[in-house]
This record gives sequence, C-alpha cells and structure tokens, in this order.
Amino acid sequence: MRELTVAAALENAGRSILRRSVSGEPRGVLCAMGVCFECRMDIGGVPHRRACMEMEGSRRPAVDPREQVDEVECDVAVVGAGPAGIAAACRAAEAGARTVLLDENPAPGGQIHRHLPGQPAPEGARAWLERLAASGAELRSGWSVVDADAAAESSSPRFRFRLFAEDDGALLSVRASRVVLATGARELFLPFPGWTLPGVMGAGGAQAMAKMGADFRGRSAVVAGSGPLLLPVAAYLEKAGAEVALVAEQAGLLGLARFAAELSLFPGKLLEAARYRGGFFPAPYRTGTWIAQAHGRERVEAVTLTDGRDDFTLDCDLAAVGYGLVPNAELARLLGCETDRGAVVADTSQETSVPGVFAAGEPCGVAGLDNAIAEGEIAGLAAAGRLDNETGTAEVRRLSRARARGRRLAAAMESVFRPRAELAAAVRADTIVCRCEDVRLSSIARAAGAREAKLATRAGMGPCQGRVCGPALEFLFGWDSDTVRPPLKPAALGSLAMMTEDSA
Amino acid sequence: MPAPDVLVVGAGIVGAACAEALTAAGLSVEILESRFAGGGATAAAMGHVVVMDDSEAQFALTSLSRRLWVEMAPEIPRDCEDEETGTLWIAEDEEERTHVRRKAAFYRQRGVEVEELSGEDVARAEPSLRPGLAGALRVPGDRVLYPVNAARWLLERAVARGAVRREGVEAVAIFGRRVQTRQGSLEAGAVVNACGVAAPLLTPGLPIAPRKGHLVITDRYPGFCRHQLVELGYLKSAHTPSPESVAFNLQPRATGQMLLGSSREFVGLDPSINRRIRARMLRRALEFSPALARLSALRTWVGFRPATPDNLPLVGRWDASPGLFVAAGHEGLGITTAPATGRLVADAILGRQSPIDPAPYAPTRSFPPADHAHA
Repeated sequence: MRELTVAAALENAGRSILRRSVSGEPRGVLCAMGVCFECRMDIGGVPHRRACMEMEGSRRPAVDPREQVDEVECDVAVVGAGPAGIAAACRAAEAGARTVLLDENPAPGGQIHRHLPGQPAPEGARAWLERLAASGAELRSGWSVVDADAAAESSSPRFRFRLFAEDDGALLSVRASRVVLATGARELFLPFPGWTLPGVMGAGGAQAMAKMGADFRGRSAVVAGSGPLLLPVAAYLEKAGAEVALVAEQAGLLGLARFAAELSLFPGKLLEAARYRGGFFPAPYRTGTWIAQAHGRERVEAVTLTDGRDDFTLDCDLAAVGYGLVPNAELARLLGCETDRGAVVADTSQETSVPGVFAAGEPCGVAGLDNAIAEGEIAGLAAAGRLDNETGTAEVRRLSRARARGRRLAAAMESVFRPRAELAAAVRADTIVCRCEDVRLSSIARAAGAREAKLATRAGMGPCQGRVCGPALEFLFGWDSDTVRPPLKPAALGSLAMMTEDSA
Repeated sequence: MPAPDVLVVGAGIVGAACAEALTAAGLSVEILESRFAGGGATAAAMGHVVVMDDSEAQFALTSLSRRLWVEMAPEIPRDCEDEETGTLWIAEDEEERTHVRRKAAFYRQRGVEVEELSGEDVARAEPSLRPGLAGALRVPGDRVLYPVNAARWLLERAVARGAVRREGVEAVAIFGRRVQTRQGSLEAGAVVNACGVAAPLLTPGLPIAPRKGHLVITDRYPGFCRHQLVELGYLKSAHTPSPESVAFNLQPRATGQMLLGSSREFVGLDPSINRRIRARMLRRALEFSPALARLSALRTWVGFRPATPDNLPLVGRWDASPGLFVAAGHEGLGITTAPATGRLVADAILGRQSPIDPAPYAPTRSFPPADHAHA
C-alpha cells in the first residue's frame, strides 16, 4: 500500500466529512498543514488527532505518559524544517555549531517541498536535503514546539534558551545557546457563507492534500482567493488530474499589472508564472473576482462568485480558497520578540529584538522561497557566530542582495494582494467565523476586541487557538490577536506535567 | 444626568452581582469598569458554586449564595453553562475517610444534602479516577457555571432595570461618595468598591493580596468525569498561608472540556506561567486520575485571587470614608459568593436586615496577625 496521510486516505475513499462540529455541522480538511484542527478525529483510539498530520497505517503505539524527558543540548536550535530552517541548520552546522532542527511535519521540506516520508523529496529540495544530511545537523521530525523560554540575558548561562517539543505525549527538552525561528507561514482564511463545507479547502491546503497522497483525478475545482500562490496551485491540481473550472483572483487587474511590472525585475519569477499559466491553459483566470458563497448540504456542490456587480455560480466538488499567507509568529511572540503588523522584526543579521533569537523567512513577512533561503543562510551563519567573519565576502553580499530582492517583492505583493474591503460584506450575520467553536459573526460583533469576544463568545478558544479566526477578525474588525500563551499547540496533559524546571 | 443612588466600581462577578441586587431593591445604579465586564479575575475563575464548611461564616455566606444561584437557575441563559454537577470531596485514605464523616455531619446538621461514598461507590461514580481511593463526600447541590457570561448576565439584568454600564472607564481614586476617573469625576449617594485585587489601590488599607493560580483546560472529552472533583486536602492548600501550594481540582465543563486546577502562590501580579508549579499541580491530578495524562491540553492561564488574612471576603461599610462600601477579597470563592455579597451590600446601603449576620465580613473587623510570607 502506498504511504499517505489519514486525511488523504479518507479523501480517496470518498469520505470528506471527518467530524461534526460543536453545533453538528459536517467538517473536513481545511489547511492540511496541522494548523486549523478541522480534520481532528479519533485515530488509533486517540481522540482529537489531526488526520492531515498522521500517516495512514503507521498507528504508532500510544505513548505512555513517561516520567522521562528526552533531552538535547545544542549551540543552535532551529525551529521549522522548511527552506529557511534547512538553510539555517546547514549553515550553522557547517560552521561547526552543534545544531538541532525541529519540525512538526512527518518529513522535512516545509509547505513548498511537502512530501511523504519515505518518498523521494521534490527536485527543488533534494540538494538542500542532501546538504542537510551531510551537515551534521540533527533533524527531529514530528516534534511540535509547544513552549519556550529565555533566561535573563544578565544571568548568561551557556544555554540561555529552552524549547519544549511534544509528540503525542512524549516530551523533548532542547537547551540551546541560540535559536533560529523558521516557523513559516500559514494560509489566510477569510469567512464567507458556506466556507465550512467539506470540500472547501485552503488553496495551499488542497495542494498539500495532493502532495500527501490525495487523488484529485476527475474532481471539478474552483481556485479562488488571492496571491501568487493561486496559479501554481491551479497548475498543480490540473497536473494531478482535477479539472479547474476557474481561477478567481480578488485583486484587480490594475494592481496585478503593476505587480507584473515589478516581477519583470525578477525574470525567473516571470518565467515561473508563465509556465504555470501554460500548465493549465484551459482554465480561465479572472481578476477582481471572489467567492461570495459556497453551496451544498454535506459538502460543497457549487460556488457563487462575484465581481461586485455580477454574480455567477459554478458547479464544483473542490473549492481551493486562500487569501495569501500569515506569518507564524506565535513562538517569536512567546519568546518576547518584537513584531510589526504580525511579522517578526529582525535586523540585518536576522536577529530579533531578543538577543540570541534569530528569525528567517516568512515569520519576518511573507516574501517567498528565494528570500527564505537567503535569510535562513544569514541567520544560520549569524547564530553560529560566523556572520561577522564573513561580512563583505561575495557570499554574504549575494545573500544580502537576494534578501533585498525578496523584501521588495514582499512589499509589492502586500499592496497588490491585500484583501479588498468588499470581502467583509460577503460575511453574513449567521456566517461562522470561529470554526472551532462555531461562533457566528453576529455574536462576535457585539464585543469590542478579540479578548472580549473570546471570553464572551468562545471565538478563538478552540484547538487552533485563534490561528484561523484571529487573522479573520483582524481583517473584519481591525482587532489585534489575543496574547500568546503556552502550549502553543495542544499538547498532552502528561507532557505539561513533565515540564519541570529541573527536568532539563 | 442626575447622580445615581449607587456607583459600583468594578464589573467582575462581584460588582455585577452588587448592581443586580441594588437595582432589584429599586436603587438607581451606575457601574464602572476599566476594561470590560468579567475580564479580570472572573475570567480566570473556574466557576464552581460550592458550599464550604471551613468556618461558620464561610458556610453561611456560601450556602446563602448557592441558594440564590439556585433560585436564579431557571432564568440563567445557556451561554452561562450553568449545570448542577455536584461536588465530590475525595478521600485518599482511611484517615481522610474520617474527615468525610465529620464533614458529612457538619453539612447535615445545617440542612445541606450530602451523601457519603465508599471507595467502590467512587469508582462507579467516576471511573476515570484511579482505583483504591478510600471514599468521598458527595454534595449534589453544588454547581458549575461559566463565570464571564454569568457576570455579564447579572450585569444585563441590572441594565434591564435601568442601571448604566460604563466599560472602559477606569477609576483612579475614591473619595467617599465621589469617584475620580480618567475621564472626570462622578458622584453618587453611595459608592461600592468591587475591584477585587485592585480594591486596595482605590481604598488603601484593605487587607487584600493577589494569590496567583494556574488553570489548564483540555479539548472536549464528554463524560470523562461528571462531578467537580476536589481532593479533601484542598482546604489545607487553600488555607495554609504557605507561599505555594497545589491541590487536585477537576471540573467537567458543559462543553465536555476538562478544567484542571489548582495552584496558589503569593508572587505579586506576575502574569507569567510558572511551569514548575503547573507541573506540580498536574502531577497531583495525575495521582488521582492517571487517565488525564492522555488528554489534549488546549490552554493554560493564570488569575489572581483577592486573598484576605482570614479567608473571608470584605463586605460592608468602610467607616473611614462615609458613603463608601466594600465588596472585595473573595479569594477563590467569588463566583459562589457573588449573589450573597450583592444582597449584603444592598442591605447595608439600605439599612435592611440581612438573611445572615454580616459582622464576620465587615471590612473593618480585626484580623489575625499577618502571617503571609508576602505581607
């Protein structure tokens, strides 16, 4: 049998309803990246497991609450094994630093190079993964960092930082002198009527499902939302055998034209985009168009799209909808790093406002693959104490140029693909905004801020901890998200019971 | 706008209950809240409505208050998650079993329904507890509710009777019948300081100190336990003025979530999560219910109980400042005792006879010499 995730296996078996929500609605996969917890179900006798993160048939023996904590000490701990984290870990380990790379997913590569464990990695990731294997960095896959702290700078112990990672009841304590946060980004989901129907997934979510073994052959798909991800996602789905009826980009043509002009600065990007465009040539691409509603009883059967004047409805059994990306800044915020409009603030050596904590790639603002690698390399060198020696070398100049290009691109994307205000008008009073707790817009709208809404209506109180509804509430009401508290992701109580000061 | 009869400062559950009782008595009320209603210690609280037996005064206040909650129960809206779960006070060994008998006698003599459970009864009633426990005292009338929404509901009842709610208005000083806020000065016939741990900032001299507690909540596991489960040693934890203590205290929420406490620390208003004491608290819980280890924990938070030297709240006239009344210092029992506190405050302001003797709660009573490490 081919290896695949539980979520993909169920999708292939025709089961798209994975659970019933707290008010009894059918729910299926949304993010497919372990963020939204919509796909949680009883797996191997353990309730609330994420079907998108569990391998079918692996059925790990249930871990008994151990009295023992797995402990690691290192010079550099890197969190997140996407392009930035892999680059950082390679650079740090190659510079002689004892390096540990922690990642929540079953296999390294991040969202862009997501692949099944045991399967060959995608071509773009292979060289880096080989380099990682040769670097001496220790990769720990399947570990979710749930808590972290920093000793006072004045106390200056050898290992100032401690990370706690959790895996189904097992606990890993990592002490480190430096930390690199390469925690990536998640999709921005904005509510619309019907968005909770199974079959409505993230754009990146649908792609992640396909990468993890979902068979979309013969499926009729609409790809919608915003950002440069929509085209590659549509191309990927077509290649996987789905029929893409439409790609709908909410951004207007004018902004896109300006963005394309900006892109000409980056010929590689332009080629890439053209290739994707060619790859699914039959699918029409409409700008200034967005989903107003998804229809269906137990799963999506059609979507109504609008350009603000005219509405039209398309039949589909897969709606891949994402409005761009949101930096994963929770761990940075827990460590006390300064953020600006949701992105971690870092200096030219990628060091955050907390000395010894570096951040690279999307957490610092969504800027894409090349930038993530460049920032990861800089952060890895800096965390290993090598950046100062290398400053001025051709190598570091190259990395700095790549970063500058990436950040320019990020700024252009930010302004072109910012969700238009009309998207908020699609949300009705009875539209669910918090999917974990089924909280509707009308109840949330009575509160004056995210914390009040959370306490009075439960919005953001569920297992995704506001990662889905938080950015939506920011878009709808301009509210800042509530305080970050450990555990950063749900963790077994037994693990928290092992987090004592003397255990590590 | 004419000055109201009473200005209540603080819209936690205690202030909300005061506003509710005062408007029920026909008084005009304004209520000030620096943030939003129920957002302070109320939001951090467990919401266990429980009759306590640690002193006659505590019993009188908690049993009156539980009765008031029961009387309101038919009107309490669903989002307050009010449920009559009952309490199991759990005896670990034979020695604690004798405490169960003593406790049972205390409640029965005062007309509170209780049931003594054997070890086998406990195992049947709560299968997720470890086998071999010695027994328990079941108090079937105790309840659980969701504190934030309960406070907001009490406040809405007051507002429905004409009370004026001002959220986002921070009081900075109280001078008898006048309250200075950041936005200006307000006057009333009487003022109630219901600011919990912040009460001494407005009324210097109130013997209230923050006593920090941690809670952990899990995902939904309906039926994991049915009663609020509390170890008999809880009172020792709550009343020993040691700098730090933990006790097993597990609550089934109406959502199916498990809410787990409790810890007590005197560390000022440090809002950080103390992993060490949280681990101690969880390990204590795992001794009673090893199955908890596999449950998925969603969140941890801390709150600050307004603690007093004799474990009783400060309710009544503050003689040093004519026109000022105090309703604060409820430690970990604010949700239970809010309705009775509201009644006592209304009686004090109106000069009415109270259903229980208010003297033990008088803010001006004498206290045992301070023995808190922090004091």
